[in-house]
Amino acid sequence: MTNEQPAATRPQDSTPVSAEASLATPGRSGNPISWVRGLLSAAARWEMLLLAILAVVVYEGMQISPYFLQLDFWNSPNFGASVSGTMEVAIMALAMTPIIITGDIDLSVESMVGLSGAVLGVLWVAGLPLVVVIPIVLGVGVLGGLFNGLMVTRLGLPALVVTLGTLALYRGLANAVLGTSYVSNFPSELTTFGFGYVPGTAVPWTLLAFLILAVVFTAVMHLTWIGRQVFAVGKNKDAARYSGVRVASLRTALFAVSGLIAAFAGIVLASRYNSVRADNGTGLTLTVVLIVVLGGVDINGGKGTIPGVILAVFTLAALQSALRLAGVSSEYQNVAIGLLLIFSVITPQIARQFRVLVDRVRSGRHRPVRDPVPGEVVR
Amino acid sequence: MASNVAVRRSARSRAGGLIGAFARSRELTLLAVLLVLAALVALEAPNFLSSNNVVSVTSLAAIIAIAAVGESLIILTKNIDLSVESTMGLVAFVVAVLLKQQNIPMPVAWALGIGLGMALGMVNGIIITVFRVPSIVATLGTLSIFRGLTYLVANGHEINANDLPAGYTNAASQTFFDIPLFVILAVAVVAVAGLALRYTVFGRQLYAVGSNAEAAATIGIRSRTTVFLAFALGGMLAGVAGVLWGIQFGQLYASSASGQSLAIIAAVVVGGVSIAGGSGTVMGAAIGALFLGLIANALNVLLLPQEWLQMIYGAVILFAVSTDAIIQRRTQLAKARSRIR
Repeated sequence: MTNEQPAATRPQDSTPVSAEASLATPGRSGNPISWVRGLLSAAARWEMLLLAILAVVVYEGMQISPYFLQLDFWNSPNFGASVSGTMEVAIMALAMTPIIITGDIDLSVESMVGLSGAVLGVLWVAGLPLVVVIPIVLGVGVLGGLFNGLMVTRLGLPALVVTLGTLALYRGLANAVLGTSYVSNFPSELTTFGFGYVPGTAVPWTLLAFLILAVVFTAVMHLTWIGRQVFAVGKNKDAARYSGVRVASLRTALFAVSGLIAAFAGIVLASRYNSVRADNGTGLTLTVVLIVVLGGVDINGGKGTIPGVILAVFTLAALQSALRLAGVSSEYQNVAIGLLLIFSVITPQIARQFRVLVDRVRSGRHRPVRDPVPGEVVR
Repeated sequence: MASNVAVRRSARSRAGGLIGAFARSRELTLLAVLLVLAALVALEAPNFLSSNNVVSVTSLAAIIAIAAVGESLIILTKNIDLSVESTMGLVAFVVAVLLKQQNIPMPVAWALGIGLGMALGMVNGIIITVFRVPSIVATLGTLSIFRGLTYLVANGHEINANDLPAGYTNAASQTFFDIPLFVILAVAVVAVAGLALRYTVFGRQLYAVGSNAEAAATIGIRSRTTVFLAFALGGMLAGVAGVLWGIQFGQLYASSASGQSLAIIAAVVVGGVSIAGGSGTVMGAAIGALFLGLIANALNVLLLPQEWLQMIYGAVILFAVSTDAIIQRRTQLAKARSRIR
């Protein structure tokens, strides 16, 4: 929940964690080769497991219905339709990932979806053209995200509380803007974006938008200094600050990006439903956090990859589609999702404890001084 | 966070002046604001003080307050329970189903409901302490799992007041010396929990684990057991709140009590319990619940749009936590200055 734990104890690792070592992302030192190796070995564990799960779910889906993999992105309960149905959540998960990696969380994204949709609807009804409306909507998202970020960094409040507050606040603003009415019949440009394919291909526009954002986030998080700084902040805020990372600005910026992306997701949702209501997006935060955690990102911060999160998007979509084909209603799908969330965290924990045990037996080392406390980061 | 708590505590004892006094008694400040607000609303809309309205407002607030006391026990240990609304919904529905289908006496059904709440809290506790899943993830998961179980039990049906035995909802309107029964219950829960937190070993251990887990472990507190017990007790109180919820409304859907987690956590936070653990009182949380209930009702009797409610809740949460942070920073600054002199 918060990241202000004392320096993480590492039972399986006898060397103390130096500030330098904790700065390098997945590897042990700052040298690029071991960094890449670290990335690969991380991928070899969680992402491969996810891929295996995805393969199993797709296989099961094929058993249930031969149309499971049919390339039809709409109007059927198959995999493709399920993928295009999760695009707004998937987009938000991309922006949530760096926030969770720095040890924060943004619970307000679902309300920002509602607020941006409400602003979109009201301005469109007022007669403004889309080229004016969309930048304004995205601007509202940035402002909302900045507000979250500034409350967290300037006042030193836990992100959980601040975004719990804005979760209610932004939903309330959406209610105030749109009331109980709804706006529909958006122009064809918007509905084409929501329903149409990229000309000449079978790829929906929304999937294309997600893929572009996914590439951008992967590149920024894993190939640039910005991503390096995000991981550094997540591992150890103080060490990051002493090595020159502007921690507060970085965290604020990540919240602003999350707000921007949530506003964009609001537009995607509006275009997919061809209607906006003040309660658009209610309950989506759960799914966003689920995707991020399922993607192997440590909820305590410091660890995770964007490719893992992208894989999690497709795994979840495949699972939803398989469940729907099997005739499971949406309430029970939520149970499956909740179970998946818990198991995706429990499994690596058990594997880790097992590894610690094997280590201990092999080296005859003493037990650690004490058991970790619940919620403590144990890597 | 440990240093923050230490600073806050010493600031409370040393820093004088208005700010210090304000920081010292969050409960009193909140109570004062609450009374002023109530007086203003009563001036504007006299039917606010009608006995019907008072009973319904305070009864609902009492239910939220009981759940908020349970949530406080958990938040004091630096954990959180997002699944409390689903626990309440499941308990309320299961109790109603028991009464409808099995012919068992009401007190037995209520006891089973409270036991179910405790069991659900233990499930959370096991996931968090045995499997070491962070509480926010674990309870986000059980939030939808427990709700799904309610849908499973409901199986597409709802339960109306006439499915239930006669007199089931009577307790909601019952008063003793003009005080609603639920309020008496809530006061009892707050008193017991407050005294236990202050004077028992377990109570002090909850604060210790929440304010500095490492130090708590060093002096021999078994923090995992403590956290587990906090979740079990929190679940039990959510169970009590669920039983009362059923009695209050009499008509139950599979989605009953949806969205109440936010109200409950808001009450806790507004009541001055630090989400970072280790500081705050259950009394504050209960007053917070009453305060939020009053605001919701004020909108109602002043004929203001209900859509504003969430906005006001959000603003109140943010205002409460940011004034806390600002006061804390000021006292910290003042202390630093006095040290230089």
